[in-house]
Amino acid sequence: MSGSATIKRNHTDAPMVPRLARVRRHFSDAPDVVTLEIEMADARPFDYAPGQFNMLTVFGVGEAAISISGAPNGARLIHTIRDVGAVSHALTRLQPGDQLGLRGPFGMGWPIGAAQKKDVLIIAGGLGLAPLRSVLYHIVAHRTQFGVVTLLYGARRPEDILYPSEVEHWRQSLEINVALTVDHADASWRGRVGVVTQLIDQARFQPHNTLAMVCGPEVMMRFVASALVERAIDAQNIFLSMERNMKCAVGHCGHCQFGSSFICRDGPVLSYQKLRPLLKIKEL
Amino acid sequence: MSVINVLTLDGLRILLDALRDDGHALIAPQLQDGVIVYDHVEGLDALPRGIEDIQSPGHYQTRQTSDPSLFHYVVGPHSWKKFLHLAKLQLWQAKTLNDEIQITAPEPSSDKTAFIGVRACEVKAIALQDKVLMHGDSVDGAYKARRDNAFILAVDCARAGGSCFCVSMQSGPAVNGNFDLALTEIISPDHIFLVRSGSEAGDAILKKAPHRRATPEEIVKGQEIVAQTAANMGRAMPDTNIPALLSQNLQHPHWDRLASRCLSCANCTMVCPTCFCTTVEDVSDLAREEFSRERRWDSCFNLDFSYLHGGEARSSVAARYRQWMTHKLSSWVDQFGSSGCVGCGRCITWCPVGIDITQETQAFYDEQLG
Amino acid sequence: MAAEHAFMLSMHPFFKGLAPEAIDLVAGCARDIEFRRGQYICHEDDQADHFYILSDGHVALQISSPGRGARTFLTVGAGEVFGVNWLVAPYRWTYDAKALDDIKAVVLDATCLRRKCEADHELGYQLMSRVMPILIERLHVCRMQFLDLYLKQN
Repeated sequence: MSGSATIKRNHTDAPMVPRLARVRRHFSDAPDVVTLEIEMADARPFDYAPGQFNMLTVFGVGEAAISISGAPNGARLIHTIRDVGAVSHALTRLQPGDQLGLRGPFGMGWPIGAAQKKDVLIIAGGLGLAPLRSVLYHIVAHRTQFGVVTLLYGARRPEDILYPSEVEHWRQSLEINVALTVDHADASWRGRVGVVTQLIDQARFQPHNTLAMVCGPEVMMRFVASALVERAIDAQNIFLSMERNMKCAVGHCGHCQFGSSFICRDGPVLSYQKLRPLLKIKEL
Repeated sequence: MSVINVLTLDGLRILLDALRDDGHALIAPQLQDGVIVYDHVEGLDALPRGIEDIQSPGHYQTRQTSDPSLFHYVVGPHSWKKFLHLAKLQLWQAKTLNDEIQITAPEPSSDKTAFIGVRACEVKAIALQDKVLMHGDSVDGAYKARRDNAFILAVDCARAGGSCFCVSMQSGPAVNGNFDLALTEIISPDHIFLVRSGSEAGDAILKKAPHRRATPEEIVKGQEIVAQTAANMGRAMPDTNIPALLSQNLQHPHWDRLASRCLSCANCTMVCPTCFCTTVEDVSDLAREEFSRERRWDSCFNLDFSYLHGGEARSSVAARYRQWMTHKLSSWVDQFGSSGCVGCGRCITWCPVGIDITQETQAFYDEQLG
Repeated sequence: MAAEHAFMLSMHPFFKGLAPEAIDLVAGCARDIEFRRGQYICHEDDQADHFYILSDGHVALQISSPGRGARTFLTVGAGEVFGVNWLVAPYRWTYDAKALDDIKAVVLDATCLRRKCEADHELGYQLMSRVMPILIERLHVCRMQFLDLYLKQN
């Protein structure tokens, strides 16, 4: 596998036992989408690699895998959650001061090390920008280590665009090329309407020296990755963040298996080289 | 450790008593409701002497014979995972005290057990679960505690079961691998047990029971019994690269044929000694001040096992059967370095419609596309 | 065999008005094919080496996602055609096609067709000018579906 993904592990003796955390801030990003800023009760700095995720517990409701979107000052964590089920619904209802449980970080993150000195394509669909946000923070903080950096972002409607002020900030910084599109819009929207694969043609990058990181609904990732290969990027240099049902996050419960991979442990970030033959199998 | 000794029936009785006196709870085969299960016993006399099992796809029966053997049956629906990888386990509990939630985890068990009559396929199955739960990046502390405190008294199979196929999975009939003591039961001319030790703990317990060196004739007799068992296997996996066969035929129409028979009842995963999947459930009291999380056995055949984004990733029975079979025989090799199947035959016996995993593998082999 | 195919093709709406010599060229790339109800005719991301000319039965064009399963975005039936990715590199199917009934079709080998079109541009033009209206119509249909016109407005 080209490029080593950086991982950080939670080195407690009891990976199945949550640590206590509290919500410090609550932002409503979009209908059904909330960003929480969380602080660990023991105030220890939280070390993680972009692309990793935590298991968040709402006491008495359950636990869900949520990717880490950022850790602004080490001790606070950012999680963006979409209300799609009982646990995520409860998470989106948490207010500052509420307690929750946290286990993590888990998983293999984005191959930032392998992206050094390369052009970087970051392609996000819908909520997929959340796990990629931490990569963008890292790139902006170490900008000279990377070549041409491009963010292609497709959202459902203008009001579903995540972190709009940050996206605008990245665009205006001139350090990152940003192209945005939405699937549906009314006449008040002056931007692009179409799908994110269409943005690839306009993007500037040297295919043989590019690393792509893709996150979004699986169908979107399949077609984006295929389009990237058509643009001469090697499948080994295209990375997708996969999602499956998770219960333990340590490779013991069996739920997150996709082919031979445990998404919690071998992923969630996996190379398209490995994924391509599996993605086309229905109900794998 | 390659020395072979002999225990008489009384010697074995004393050995079991010594294990019990040493603080090990004895768990052994028992006949309950006409089925051989594993349960707590007091000593040797509780073993189901002369009970013979008749197994075939979808069928299980026992009957009493006049055979004096203590181990005349093979494996029933229980496997030793019942005592190592518990069906229900509390992971943590939490209480609200002065507005703050305190989380505590239970202490791992320190109970000592002795598993009596562990078969070759089961010794291998335990080793496979050890690999999954103890040798990865994360160690299952509850499993490890029980595993470290379990004494394994194994026994070679003197009879081939009706459904099993250990020879073609290279997991029997002679016990091999990680065990403390292993027996070969000989009933004539005298009722004796060849015994070999596999560990220091085995040596220590053996010292507490009267035993003598086995004669060359007795050793040969033991080998003949095992060879006889191996020669009488009723079924086998096809001689081919099974992981590649299955991974290259994931879209084969045979999966749909299998699905038309499979009830997705999950029996196979419950009786399989290597299946390890679990789920969790969070509970709270009515005042929402006390919380806990319980881990329970789960099965990839359960519809919501793969629940994601409002639906199941594996909705059809065909997809779920394929997941079980390809995980067991193919992905397991990528994940853990060997097949996940030990050829115990439980899934064949306890499948209500008698699906035979060896026959189905043969069907893929005969009709392979890739 | 080619003569039978030539006859069948000449009767199919897609090839209406195509000169007999051109039909013969196309028939040289043809063979009969049948599918049973429920069978997959192609899978997403497989090599797109075939152009299907349907004479009997309906086919569902689907895209699958985990949790939602297979969703049909279009069906095609007797008298229609499907499979156009063979025209454009990298020649890969972008959907699954599943037989909704027992299917009878003539399948054209795409490598053969592409070769013949390269050698005979008139043939190429004739095929393209028959494929284009179908694609334009399907694009329009797609837009209408996408606009979700029956959705309750509030």
